[in-house]
Amino acid sequence: MLNVGRLNEGVVLDHIEAGKSMSIYKYLKLDKMDCCVAIIKNAHSNKMGKKDIIKVECPIDELDLDVLGFIDHHITVNIIKDGVIVDKKELTLPKKLVNIISCKNPRCITSIEQGLDQVFLLADEKTETYRCKYCEEKYRSSRKKQ
Amino acid sequence: MRHLMSPLDFSVEEVDRLLDLAADIKANPEKYAHACEGKKLATLFYEPSTRTRLSFEAAMLNLGGRVLGFSSADSSSASKGESVADTIRIISCYADICAMRHPKEGAPLVASMHSSIPVINAGDGGHQHPTQTLTDLMTIRSEKGRLDNFTIGLCGDLKFGRTVHSLIKALIRYPNIKFVLISPDELRLPDYIRDDVLVRNNQQFEEVVRLEDALPQLDLLYMTRVQKERFFNEEDYVRMKDFYILDKAKLALAKPDMQILHPLPRVNEIEPEVDDDPRAIYFKQAQYGVYVRMALILTLLEVEVC
Repeated sequence: MLNVGRLNEGVVLDHIEAGKSMSIYKYLKLDKMDCCVAIIKNAHSNKMGKKDIIKVECPIDELDLDVLGFIDHHITVNIIKDGVIVDKKELTLPKKLVNIISCKNPRCITSIEQGLDQVFLLADEKTETYRCKYCEEKYRSSRKKQ
Repeated sequence: MRHLMSPLDFSVEEVDRLLDLAADIKANPEKYAHACEGKKLATLFYEPSTRTRLSFEAAMLNLGGRVLGFSSADSSSASKGESVADTIRIISCYADICAMRHPKEGAPLVASMHSSIPVINAGDGGHQHPTQTLTDLMTIRSEKGRLDNFTIGLCGDLKFGRTVHSLIKALIRYPNIKFVLISPDELRLPDYIRDDVLVRNNQQFEEVVRLEDALPQLDLLYMTRVQKERFFNEEDYVRMKDFYILDKAKLALAKPDMQILHPLPRVNEIEPEVDDDPRAIYFKQAQYGVYVRMALILTLLEVEVC
């Protein structure tokens, strides 16, 4: 069993679907942050069989955790302070995604307008469908497509 | 300050008020002849248009205002790479209101986010065309006497036909309307209208391929052109362009009081022999478009005429 040290302050993302940790690393822009990150792949899970875990040592407000709700709202988010879990954050589908996904419609204004944010709005919670704010092109999360 | 991006930007009551105003303008044009004196309308047309642009210009001139603008991207700063955001910031300094047509979907929305004057979406790619919708609503209300309880056939390019998308969104707010969607498989209504608008709102609709099968049940027939400029592939366009042609023989299958609308321009989809049929109201529709745009300009500029 691999041991990774305890966090003093930060976030532990547990119950990540096995193999998805790197995409979360990217979505959370952890590559751009100057903090300590541990990625554990294919850890044993009684519930899931295999799972990924990410531990991030940083002040909680430096992370945009809303985006996790879009990636997978089944992820468990443990907030750590002074070495103990002080909160477990409930994830919900964010109503709005800014610069998380890009519009694939070649006729959309986002394909040519400089400096324009890519904005998607939640259109249907049940089907986890988002639509581009500008052209209404549909984006459905990869889990729903499967 | 308000903009018009989608036909749903106005509530049903606001649409009613706008159409009442348009009807009053039609009845008493002299009353409104100086309503916009000293005001300027900018027409920012990044793709070719005759009807919509001239209709906007005629509307503003009829109100005593003046117009400025451009009629293709080549004659604007867009050809130098200027963004929509920058263009509208500049135009806001020159005019009191603007109408924008752009081949990219959502461009007028971007303009509205950076504008200090009302922006009217005059058509954005295959997405929305709200002033055509207001024109269609005025035509139906004036000619049919109501905006509820009818069966409307929408025929032709339902995939890229923005006038159809906008009209559906506007009509579902009125009771007991049945939609018959007439198109080849390749040009069916996109799912963001079929699923998210028709299905979600429990609207009655059916999809058919043959115009002849639909005609007998229709109270209104809305014909559309297959738009060459929306195709990336010339072969696909050639295959689709003559799929529907309304002629006298087909019209014999229709109810005697069915009315035919078309946003124009037409190419081959309505034979000229149909023009003299009293059911053909598409040229009247173009006239209604001027009145409704006059009413819209007055509304967005908050000009009241006593």
